[in-house]
Amino acid sequence: MIYEVFRQERKGQAFAHAGSIVAPDAAFADAWAREQYGRRGESAALWLVPRAAIHEVSEWADEFDLKYRRVDGYSIKARLKEARERAGSATA
Amino acid sequence: MDSRSEEFLTYVQGGGQVEAGDWLPDEYRQKLIKFVEMHGNSELMGVLPEREWILKAPTLQRKLALTAKVQDEVGHSQLIYRVVEDLGKPREQCLADLVSGKSKFHNVFHYPTKTWGDVGVIAWLVDAAAIISQKALLKCSYAPYARIMKKICWEESFHILHGRDVVLAMMTGTDAQRELVQEALVRWWPPLMQFHGNPIPRDEDPMYVWRIKSQGNEEARQQFLEGYVPQILELGLEIPDPKLRRRDDGVWEYSEPDWEELRSVVTGHGPRSQDRLEFRRRFLEQEKWVRDAVLAA
Amino acid sequence: MNERAARLLELADDELVVGWRDSEWTGVAPTLEEDVAFSSIAQNEIGHARALYEVAAVELGSDADALAFDRSPDEYRCAPLVELHLLDWAHTIARRYLYEEADGVRIEALKSSDDAELAGLAAKIDREEVYHRLHAELWAARLREEPRFRAAVEELWPHALGVVEPALRPELARRVGLAEVAAEERGAHRPELAELWEEMTEVRRSVPGAQW
Repeated sequence: MIYEVFRQERKGQAFAHAGSIVAPDAAFADAWAREQYGRRGESAALWLVPRAAIHEVSEWADEFDLKYRRVDGYSIKARLKEARERAGSATA
Repeated sequence: MDSRSEEFLTYVQGGGQVEAGDWLPDEYRQKLIKFVEMHGNSELMGVLPEREWILKAPTLQRKLALTAKVQDEVGHSQLIYRVVEDLGKPREQCLADLVSGKSKFHNVFHYPTKTWGDVGVIAWLVDAAAIISQKALLKCSYAPYARIMKKICWEESFHILHGRDVVLAMMTGTDAQRELVQEALVRWWPPLMQFHGNPIPRDEDPMYVWRIKSQGNEEARQQFLEGYVPQILELGLEIPDPKLRRRDDGVWEYSEPDWEELRSVVTGHGPRSQDRLEFRRRFLEQEKWVRDAVLAA
Repeated sequence: MNERAARLLELADDELVVGWRDSEWTGVAPTLEEDVAFSSIAQNEIGHARALYEVAAVELGSDADALAFDRSPDEYRCAPLVELHLLDWAHTIARRYLYEEADGVRIEALKSSDDAELAGLAAKIDREEVYHRLHAELWAARLREEPRFRAAVEELWPHALGVVEPALRPELARRVGLAEVAAEERGAHRPELAELWEEMTEVRRSVPGAQW
């Protein structure tokens, strides 16, 4: 069975995918992954997940303009300038 | 080339990367598997010249360091064979092809080690030559391979420091110890000069064209010479190449390496090729029952 | 040599030699994942040996490397179990399992020793040994029905008993689940030790007194 290994480098950080090992069960995966990904004290923690348990999402519909959901969908420069002029607070 | 492969080529040449599940041109997939498999084979075969010195290490510290270094090489082969397996070639098949002589491993691992001097020179200079090649893989168009290279390069950097420390301990020791280093350097220099491969222009090198690696062979060799010749000479060591010199334009000149020797060695005719493969084959066969017993889920 | 130094050397020599033997498998273990894990165990054992030699070195006015390498083979105090040259996995993993159980029993006793320094070191070693025991027991459980493994355990059992002093043998027998038998006692060395010593000290002897 293939176990995907996710590594947390330091407490507080996200777990990132680091590789995979081949093991018959979780106990062997533990014994083997802890050495392959932690023998130097380089990992605070590991998550071991059977590959079959991972469900990948990698496609989205991209048909209509979704910029209103993002920061780059807003351009306030011109309006801000006008509002400041009206309030007399525009810089020279 | 069909148009889909053309698009793919343009994409990777523009810095694009692909994952295991993506469509790959057949030629790309085949070349990639062969290249990565040879790397995995090399890490695994590289263990053999070094492991006998674990047993002979002259201090507890050196014994620990050398065991850790060799352990890293095994760990690297594990990472690399996983990449090959996810590309479609199972580990057992890779190992079977290795021991039958069907697939290759790098030249340096076909040579004998004779003294503790070799231990220092290999860990320092062979690993240095290897890390230059490995750094050129960090941006590999095949992302799973690029990602494992990060861990590999990080671990190799300790090997080089360890090797240099071993050499320095001998160079600041007795005359007999200094002679061990000098003698080992003389023997390892020719394979080191051959290591990066013949100077095929990078635009004719499929590995570069497909952006599997980001530099050509000669570029790598020049980088090695630029970085390490000064470090070797400053210890008072002599490099056995009267033609070796750095030109004013920064290019290193050297005696033409024996490309025939490289070709012969890499196809299994090196001094230790056959007996090392036999050693591997014996253990693989002997322990098949263990894999059958323990890998069945 | 005083009792304390002799005791320390006994422990250190066992750890050094079993670590040395285990390091022979670096590169050729049955799977790559196991190879990496097994090598860590070998390094840990040598690390324990070093820590024990360092304490003994203070007693004996020496240093760890000198104690590890510069004595003659008959001056070592290791048990026959660790000296055996085992070339197949069944025997190797059987020894690993039996050695960990034996070591576990004696470390447990040392942790409650009146000797504070030794008790502290035993506790420290044990915190690493927890993982060795997990690893060994994992394999023992997995190979429980495998005739090669069972035969190897039975063959090595008298040697395992010889690792611990007689008072601790009933506990070891209980943990392993085998009846106590006549032990292969510590004292006389197997011929394998002299061969091991030759290889282990070859480089060091080539330039006596040198720094490496």
